[in-house]
Amino acid sequence: MAQPEGLLFSKEHEWLKIDGDVGTVGITDYAQNSLGDIVYVELPRVGHEIKQFGSIGVVESVKAVSDLFTPISGEVIEVNSGLEADPALVNRDAFGAGWLYKVRIKGLNEKSALLSPSDYDALIAEAAH
Amino acid sequence: MYSPHTEGDIKAMLAAVGAPSLEELIRVPDAVALKVPLDVPPALPEADLARKIAEYAARNTAATEYTSFLGAGAYRHYCPPVVMALAMRGEFLTAYTPYQAEVSQGYLQAIYEWQTYMCLLTGLDLANASVYDGATALAEGAIMAVNATGRSALLVSSAIHPNYRDVLRTYARGLDLDVDELPVAPDGTTDLSTLEARLADKRYAAVALQSPNFFGCVDTPHAREQEMFASTGTIPIAVVAEALSLAALVPPAAWGAQIAVGEAQSFGNPLNFGGPYVGFIACTKEHIRRIPGRLVGRSVDNRGNPAYVLTLQAREQHIRREKATSNICTNQAHCALVATIYLAALGETGLRRAAGLNLRQVNRLAERVCAVPGFSRAFAAPVFNELVVRVPSSTTTERVLAALRERKILGGLELAGWYPNLSDCLLMTATETTTDGQIDAFAAALGEIVRETKAAARA
Amino acid sequence: MPNAAPIPLVFETGKRGRATVYFGDGHALDEFLPKSALRESLPLPENSELDVVRHFTRLAQRTFSIDTGFYPLGSCTMKYNPRINEAMAAQPGFRDLHPFAPTDLAQGAIATMYELERALSAVFGMAQFSLNPAAGAHGELAALLIAKAYFRKKGEGAQRSTVIVPDTAHGTNPASAAMVGYKVVSLKSDARGRVDVAELKTALGSDTAVCMMTNPNTLGLFEDHILEITEAVHAAGGLMYYDGANANALMGNSRPGDMGFDLMHLNLHKTFSIPHGGGGAGAGPIGVAERFVDFLPTPVAVRDRDGKFSLDFERPESIGPMRSFWSNFAHVVRALTYIYANGGEGLTKISQLAVLNANYIRVAVKEFLETPYDEPCRHEFVASAQALKRETGVRALDIAKALLDRGYHAPTIYFPLVVPECIMIEPTETESKETLDGFINALREIMATAKSDPQKIKDAPVNTVVGRIDETRAARQPDLRWQPSL
Repeated sequence: MAQPEGLLFSKEHEWLKIDGDVGTVGITDYAQNSLGDIVYVELPRVGHEIKQFGSIGVVESVKAVSDLFTPISGEVIEVNSGLEADPALVNRDAFGAGWLYKVRIKGLNEKSALLSPSDYDALIAEAAH
Repeated sequence: MYSPHTEGDIKAMLAAVGAPSLEELIRVPDAVALKVPLDVPPALPEADLARKIAEYAARNTAATEYTSFLGAGAYRHYCPPVVMALAMRGEFLTAYTPYQAEVSQGYLQAIYEWQTYMCLLTGLDLANASVYDGATALAEGAIMAVNATGRSALLVSSAIHPNYRDVLRTYARGLDLDVDELPVAPDGTTDLSTLEARLADKRYAAVALQSPNFFGCVDTPHAREQEMFASTGTIPIAVVAEALSLAALVPPAAWGAQIAVGEAQSFGNPLNFGGPYVGFIACTKEHIRRIPGRLVGRSVDNRGNPAYVLTLQAREQHIRREKATSNICTNQAHCALVATIYLAALGETGLRRAAGLNLRQVNRLAERVCAVPGFSRAFAAPVFNELVVRVPSSTTTERVLAALRERKILGGLELAGWYPNLSDCLLMTATETTTDGQIDAFAAALGEIVRETKAAARA
Repeated sequence: MPNAAPIPLVFETGKRGRATVYFGDGHALDEFLPKSALRESLPLPENSELDVVRHFTRLAQRTFSIDTGFYPLGSCTMKYNPRINEAMAAQPGFRDLHPFAPTDLAQGAIATMYELERALSAVFGMAQFSLNPAAGAHGELAALLIAKAYFRKKGEGAQRSTVIVPDTAHGTNPASAAMVGYKVVSLKSDARGRVDVAELKTALGSDTAVCMMTNPNTLGLFEDHILEITEAVHAAGGLMYYDGANANALMGNSRPGDMGFDLMHLNLHKTFSIPHGGGGAGAGPIGVAERFVDFLPTPVAVRDRDGKFSLDFERPESIGPMRSFWSNFAHVVRALTYIYANGGEGLTKISQLAVLNANYIRVAVKEFLETPYDEPCRHEFVASAQALKRETGVRALDIAKALLDRGYHAPTIYFPLVVPECIMIEPTETESKETLDGFINALREIMATAKSDPQKIKDAPVNTVVGRIDETRAARQPDLRWQPSL
């Protein structure tokens, strides 16, 4: 399964899209698929300072809950308010309408610790074994 | 022993599992094996056992031989026998948490009805399937507010039941939360005059107020305070220790409470020397993810029929473990069921009548007792079914209670241990179970006691 | 009863003016209270008493219970609830006793508490119990608060910040630890399903506050290195906590106190035959070793030198009370009745037979289900449907639902988390060989059907009043209460 180009990935299955100093964060299609029907996403507050790979929220499916980690440090500037009414957006469109939050990036150099689409593909291919 | 095993069964089963004996099957490393018989009395045949335990019950004469004016968070109310007749059915009594919804639709529906009743009574959007009791409901409600606000201090009225405040402090020590108190005003309600100043620095996650409060007084904030809660982001918590009062008084949501916590023992549950009782938590919908404990929801099944199921379980300890909203697992389902059946049986009319009778009897009590020379109400605020009475300066609460006991009356609760400035006061309760005759006899006894005290002083 | 019609809610039936009247004419509420203090409306339904009886009777009939069938729910000890317990607890001398009743007019009640406290201390080898906590998880919380108070007093409050919990532990363990502000360290089990002692030793340090364990553990296995474990934890300055959920396997055989545990709770609603009531009320007394007695939650039932019983509130080092009043007292009566009905020998036999019943099923189901830990179990054991799932797509959940169709309650599934497709079976000692045989046959038939016609099992249940429920919808669009139509 090829990952969308232009995104970076964390080992915890988050994706990051960088646009100037603003990053958009979501969970990958692989992650939503292994979680099953997502019923709730607990997001950080706007204004919250986050540290790369820190735990900042959770995604709940009916009978499981997973921590959300952040792929990059910065300040949360927007959260996807549509998820409150319709958490299934993450299942339907993990790389698009199901984005989670936007962050004003502090320390762009951190992106070197993230994976490219092909590296991430390799990671999940390995997990399948 | 309630095991059905015959000697033959045991032999056959041991053979099937390949163990020579029960002792061998259950053997543990020698160093931790118990080598002496358990130090517990030998088994009693049931007929003898029933007699023995009945003797223990008979020694609690407070329950059977005395007229009681005790309340303070535990209330004697009339419960129609139909309530227990239904609740004690084996299906309800011996079920467990309805994990397998397909075979637990009955109990799940009953809990859904309980949740609805608590919403209708408090005016709030949702309620959980119950918590242990009123005190733990307050503690859990306070933790909800802490999680919602990210603040770590709580401001509570000192007119909240002292046991509830003690329990809140027990929980608060675990989480390193500060608990501060608001004083009591001269009329027996919470003194809110310092509220604005205290809320100004936005330190408090919540302000908790009890109504009727520990002194029996109706104690709810006004529009002015509601604005202060809103402008400082402080969550108002309503505490209800006497659930029957919800049938008469302004419901928590109507005065702006976002969370209501309390005790529903009054709805059909016996006194039981303090438990089990049944705590409730209700809240506005923005707190849905923070409410602790079980929640029953209505959904549909794969045949398209409405069906009930435990829901939002990802909040709970068995899934979220150390990140759960609370560690609560077992709740008080059966006590909540009793309350649900009680509310269903009484309906609006019954509940209103019961509330009206409580009001009538406590006002008669106030009138009769305070007609005795030297006795007076400590507080002027209106009450629901209990009140604080000051005893004459010629005597003490201890002497009054002792003299009443000789007349087979439990005259109320001393407050000195909790409120040193009320050391000459008793908290007295009257419910619909208190008769006019009992109240008149109580007042007459107090009159006699006063006269005896005077005579003794002269002698 | 498939497709049985839904039962209307109590709010959807009834008519104003239909309620059976239980009280004399009320009084206008505004006779006593200002209008501003009164609520405007009280929109509660009115049903006749007969309507109420039929409603709740029908709800009862749609509720599975021990009284209606075999309930092998692992870790929950669903044993028979003797009715003598109910009769004893319902006596007016107990039922109508006010918690603030004067002590000398409540001697029978406090004696009951005291005698239960003594019996529990004897059976589990602890110095003293407090009956205060309302349930197992509540007892855990109390015990961890004791640990926190104890370390604070020793001047190690800030340093002792972690709680070690094996991965097989009940979910309440880490959740309770979090409520006391402790960080949780999870410990992997070894290949034998026990705590890995070497790994435990690496996890131990000067930050260790408490190690929480149950023994036998939730896999139904006795932690045979328990003395080594408790010694290691004590050597690191930590405390050992015993989760008493599995105490039904232990009585008369081994005692947590003798294994080196410092703190423990019991679930009276498991081991001591108190009815589970659809999920409570329970009762979770906590017991402690001698050096922690002063920290117990108040009150503690004691016997004074003159033979009088009292509730001791004057314990300055106590963590304080955990709940509104003294104990879940009606359950104290039930538990003491049960203990006196069985005696020391009876309690011992109970644990033996609970273990016998579990092993009897274990050995039989080995034929057709994986049992990942192939050795004699205690009062419960775990099987796994992983091979079946791989082969047929039928999961533990499907087996559970198929059992419902056959008149049995399902075992606990997907717990403990360390066993994939886990099925956890605890029969208890009150079930007969015939009942166990029937259950084994049902499981065998389900397994056979799963292989020949897997869809049939995936479609279960079909004989219940409702089919599988849309839990995603329940969670995404929470409908938690009836709404009056506008």
